[in-house]
Formats: sequence, C-alpha cells, structure tokens
Amino acid sequence: MHLSPDQIIFWQMGFVKLNSTIVFTWAVMLVLVIGSVLITRKLSTDLHRSRWQNLLEVVVINISKQIEEVGLSDPRSYLSFLGSLFLFIAVSALGTIIPGFEPPTGSLSSTAALALCVFVAVPLYGIQEQGVSRYLSSYAKPTFIMLPFNIISEVSRTLALAVRLFGNMMSGAMIIAILLSITPFLFPIVMTLLGLLTGIVQAYIFFILATVYIAAATRSQKPANQTAADKPDLKSHKAESEQ
Amino acid sequence: MLIDWFTVTAQVINFLVLAWLLKRFLYQPILTAIDAREKRIATELASAAATKSGAEALRDKYQQKNSAFDKQQSERMSQLTEEVAAERARLLEGVRAESETLRSRLQSALKNEQHNLKQALSQRTREEVFAIARKALGDLAGTTLEARITDVFIRRLETLDDEEIMQFKSAFSSSGQPLVVRTAYPLPEEQCALLETAIRTKIGESVKIGFATETDLVSGIEIRTEGQKIAWSIDDYLVALADSVDALLRSSDPVEEGADQVNRPSQAGQDTHEKGA
Repeated sequence: MHLSPDQIIFWQMGFVKLNSTIVFTWAVMLVLVIGSVLITRKLSTDLHRSRWQNLLEVVVINISKQIEEVGLSDPRSYLSFLGSLFLFIAVSALGTIIPGFEPPTGSLSSTAALALCVFVAVPLYGIQEQGVSRYLSSYAKPTFIMLPFNIISEVSRTLALAVRLFGNMMSGAMIIAILLSITPFLFPIVMTLLGLLTGIVQAYIFFILATVYIAAATRSQKPANQTAADKPDLKSHKAESEQ
Repeated sequence: MLIDWFTVTAQVINFLVLAWLLKRFLYQPILTAIDAREKRIATELASAAATKSGAEALRDKYQQKNSAFDKQQSERMSQLTEEVAAERARLLEGVRAESETLRSRLQSALKNEQHNLKQALSQRTREEVFAIARKALGDLAGTTLEARITDVFIRRLETLDDEEIMQFKSAFSSSGQPLVVRTAYPLPEEQCALLETAIRTKIGESVKIGFATETDLVSGIEIRTEGQKIAWSIDDYLVALADSVDALLRSSDPVEEGADQVNRPSQAGQDTHEKGA
C-alpha cells in the first residue's frame, strides 16, 4: 500500500520521473479539456441548449457567483484560476469511483503545488489591484509589529491548505483501501460515497479559501467594502474550524 | 518524504496549463454564449416592452374609440326613439283624422239614406193614403176624391176670417198676377166652376183665375200669392204620419241622433207650410 501516488513510478530517468500523480493529473486534464472542447464546440446562444451545455453553464455561473459573493467585484478576472482549482480538485475526487484511479489530490506534492499556486497568486492579484507598495504595506497593518506574524500567517495558511486537502483525500483513499481488505462487499461502497462527498466538500473549501485570500489581498485598502470582505473571512474561519 | 519537488513543479506547470486550457476552451466560450443569450433576451424583452407599450397605446385608442362609438350610438338611438315617437304620433293623428273623415262620411251617407228612405216612405204613404181615401170616399159617397177635396177646400175658404182674407187680398193686389189654383191633378170643369165661384165670392168678382197642375202636391188644392197661401192638402195628414214615422225611426236607431239635425229643417218647412195652410 502506498501512502502517496507519487510512489507509483511508471518511468524515471534521473531526476525526471513519470509517477501516478502526474499521469492521473494529465488524465483529469484531458477529461476536462476534451469535455469542454466537445461541449463548447456547438454552443447555442438560443434559448434552447443541450443538457451538457446547460451543465457547464450552471457550473461556470455558480463558480462565478460564489467568487462574487465572497467579495470579488469582477469575478471573471479570477474565474480561470479559481474555477480551475475547484474543477481539478472536484474531478479528481469524483474519479475515485473508478476502480484503479488514484486521485492526484491524494498526493502531498499535488496539494502543495496547488497551495503554492495560491501562495503566489494572492500577492500577484493584490499587487495588480493595489500596487506594490500599498500591498506590501498591508503586511504591516495594523502596526509594524504585526509584520512577522502576517508573514507567518501567509506561509502557515498555505501549508494548511496543502495538508488539509492532502489529508482528507489521502485518508479517504486509505480508508477505502483498508476497508476493501477487511470487509470487501457493502461497506467500502458506502465509504466511497462518503469519500465523494468529502472530496467535493474539500474542493469547495480549497476554492473558497483561495478566493477569500485573494479577496482579502485585493480589498484590504477599501473600507467601503470592508463588511463584504469580512463575511468571507468568517466563512473561511468557520470552514477551517470544521476541519 | 511525502513531497517530491519534481512532482510539485510538474503539478504547478500542469495546473497552469490546465487553467489556461480551461480559460480557452471552457470559460470564455461559455461566458460568451451566456452574454449573447442575455443580450438577446434583453433585446427581446425590450422589444416585447415596446410591443406591449404599443399594444397598450393601441388598446387605449380602441377603448376610446369604442366609448365614443357607444356614446354616439346611444345618442343616435335616443334621437331615433324620439323621431319614431314623433312619427308614430303624427301617423296616429293622421289615422285618427282619416277615421273621423270616414266616420263623418258614413254618417252623412247614413243620413242621406235615411232621408231618401223617409222621402220614399212619405211618398208611398201619401199615395197609399190617397188611394185608400179615394177608394173609401168613392165607395162611401159615390163621388170622387177630387170632388170631396174641392168641397173641403171650398169649406175651408169659406171659414177663413176677415183678417186673413184682407192679408191675402193685399198680397194678391200688390203682385198684379192672376190667381193660380194649383192642384195635383187636372180638375173637371164642374169643380173648376165651383172653385171659381167660391174664390170670387170670398176675394172679389174681378179676380182672374187660372188653373195649374203640380204633381208635388200629391193630393190637394192651393192658391198662392206673394207670401200668402190658402191650401188644403193630404200633406197635412201625411206630415203627422211622417212625424210619427220619424219618431219610430229615432227610437229604433239611437246612433243616428244627427238625423234629428237633418230632419228639423224639413219639419220647420212643414210647420211653415202648415201655418200657411
């Protein structure tokens, strides 16, 4: 039994290797991209549209709405990054119902990579919105003494993102694997269903926390929208406390 | 070690590629389609709103037209009702007038008929009475009715008082005409001589006397001059008979009250006649 899909290596040449995480990531990417291409190839602007188009529209509109509700006034600018985070994690979790599929999010390397992306994206979006100096000065708020704590907070929450997702996905896969060896019939199916639910919840948590971080970084200097930014903060704290 | 840094790097690249691909093939087309649909819906809604406002304006216009038409119709209806009532009254008045005319014509026709009937009855009665009297007198006295009439007239002439004789004489002398004895029949010479004698005895010897026949008298003798008349006629009796027949007709036909009005002038004539006689 492998603790991480990284340990399943299909091909290796020195430092470069092709492990299960990368392969299944490509698989998820292929599913997403090919599915998107196939569905969006014949998009209808009429009132009547296909079921698949309807599904994609529902997904995209709801992601956009969630981003907006968190406090980002222009959700389309963040849609490709945040929406891709959600879709990648969610499809990885849904893939667990396929026998032999190893979710790439069950690898700490993958979750760390996603957390790193968020870690980089938050200051980038912050700087894009507020400018370098104003964004950097937000680390010294409310006083200069808070600077190290803010930096520690940035790093720790990135780490928390990575470990939370990895822990949940890995544990789900591990539990199913263990249960299959103990009670091979009914119970693993129930746990698989529970794992699906956990995976979707984790995708939502990862996505919403990333959105909250970006919202906090881009709107910290806008007192008028402070209350709007506060709400997602509360939500994120609540989500974190649940974990 | 759970973290493989090559895998981390590869996953970062993978994720960025995935984000770009999804942006290219998922988000942009879907958002474009949604925007196009929303724009289309907005256009259609605006068009629908314009159509609706146009329809409402049209509806208001037609409602106004309808109310104006209803008002005009009710006005015309009331006007027509008034005209019909007036026309009806006019026609009724015409019919009433026509019926009055017809009724008066009918009444006058009835009166004429009654009058003619009376005339015929009177004539017939006189003739019958005359025939009966003639037959009776002939059978009883062995003389003709004319002789008896002549006798009666002579007796009547003799019974006239002086004042009446004087009035007659003065009227006769002012006229300058011969005195004509009118009878209903030609008198025999014997009776003519008797009459001439009686008249000359009463009025004067110099008077010229002529004889004439008038069928209107039926049966009788009269001498007449300027407004004065001495006569005896079976009419005197027939007038009484005619009165009783009139009374009988009136009682049998109560509708014909107007007949009284018609009869009265003739009665008055008879009165004058009787008075003169």
